[in-house]
Amino acid sequence: MGLDFSVVPQYLDILLLGCAWTIGITLAAAVLSFFGGIMFAVAALYGPWIIRLPFRLIAWVFMGTPLLLQLFLIYFGLVQIGIDLPAFVAGIIGLGLHFAVYNSELIQTAILSVDKGQMEAARTVGLSRGQALRKVVIPQAVRAVIPPIGNNMIALLKDSALVSVIGVSELTLSAQRAIGATYRPFEFYLMAAAFYYVINLGMEWVVWRIERRISISR
Amino acid sequence: MDIDLMLKVYPFFLEAAWVTILLSVLTALIGLTCGALGAAARLSRFALLRFVGAAYVSLFRGTPALIQLFILYFGGPQIGIQLDAFEAGVIGLGINAGAYMTETIRGAIISIDKGQREAARTLGLSAWQAVYRIILPQAARLMVRPLGVNLNMLIKATALVAAISVIELTYTAQRYIGSTYKPFEMFLLAGILYMIIIYVTGRGVAWLDRKVQIN
Repeated sequence: MGLDFSVVPQYLDILLLGCAWTIGITLAAAVLSFFGGIMFAVAALYGPWIIRLPFRLIAWVFMGTPLLLQLFLIYFGLVQIGIDLPAFVAGIIGLGLHFAVYNSELIQTAILSVDKGQMEAARTVGLSRGQALRKVVIPQAVRAVIPPIGNNMIALLKDSALVSVIGVSELTLSAQRAIGATYRPFEFYLMAAAFYYVINLGMEWVVWRIERRISISR
Repeated sequence: MDIDLMLKVYPFFLEAAWVTILLSVLTALIGLTCGALGAAARLSRFALLRFVGAAYVSLFRGTPALIQLFILYFGGPQIGIQLDAFEAGVIGLGINAGAYMTETIRGAIISIDKGQREAARTLGLSAWQAVYRIILPQAARLMVRPLGVNLNMLIKATALVAAISVIELTYTAQRYIGSTYKPFEMFLLAGILYMIIIYVTGRGVAWLDRKVQIN
């Protein structure tokens, strides 16, 4: 059975729809992981121990186990406790939480590396502790970690392929559907890989632009 | 929490953990080989080899590992490559990990001062001897920690072969979630085993890292 790409154009619209889902899920999970990462970082650094401890535990578990396993836990676990979310929502939550933990580690290091004098100065001019964090410390910390967070977001795009396993019709599952109808796995997975590669290039470009803008305004 | 159930099924998880360990070891060996070759190609004198190395890194880091596995396992037979799921998993993940390791190894090598090579050549060492006796021993020290990070990622990436039905930890967890409807308990069993594997590997890498440092 040789290769025959002539069946591909017929299924191009399904693949493109899959691309749109992949991009949408990636963006939603990226936003969740970014703000979740900041929240985790603040909770882990400044929360009382009753908050700090569970956060450390969650971070430890999420960094020590595979994303695929976490997706199964979230998707089937939510059903078990009576929350029946659509698979794509479970996928976004799973991807978002997973990368929020990784982002949080980066942001924690960055917050600690922001000069202590910044916090003291902010408190001196009358800002509350929360205000000082929100308006002075965190903006500086986040700016410092944009490049590594950008790398995480590119990893997130590729890991979004895993949500096909819980039944989200993104690019990978779209390719599988086309394969189910044509029995041409090589052609369609290769097409999917090509689409991922292009989306990946686009994302690298966006990350690069953001990094450059930040470094200029410094 | 259903402790009885966990006690009943944990032997199957333990067995699956050995498959995950075997997968990780074989994947790491293939990854290191591909990484060394990739780094050598990227640092080669020949433009063609440099291009091949760069294309390897870009393509395999630019697409999902899951898709690469699927192309190899499901698409392979169409181009005459017949592999069983375990073989496809090890080879696919190994080549993928190799792309990441290429950059790790290359990064360590180019961070060795150029003067080292020049001095070695001046002392009469051949180009190969300079690489083999002067540059690589120094670069190897710098590689241990970042390769440890690669190894950590690779162990977690072995979960992907569950998608092509290799009976390892994640597949086992998935199967028992399906049959028992106890996702939390099954996650806990598999998660603890993964974390033990990751923890022990991490300690091993830290030990090796201390061992190779000069001071």
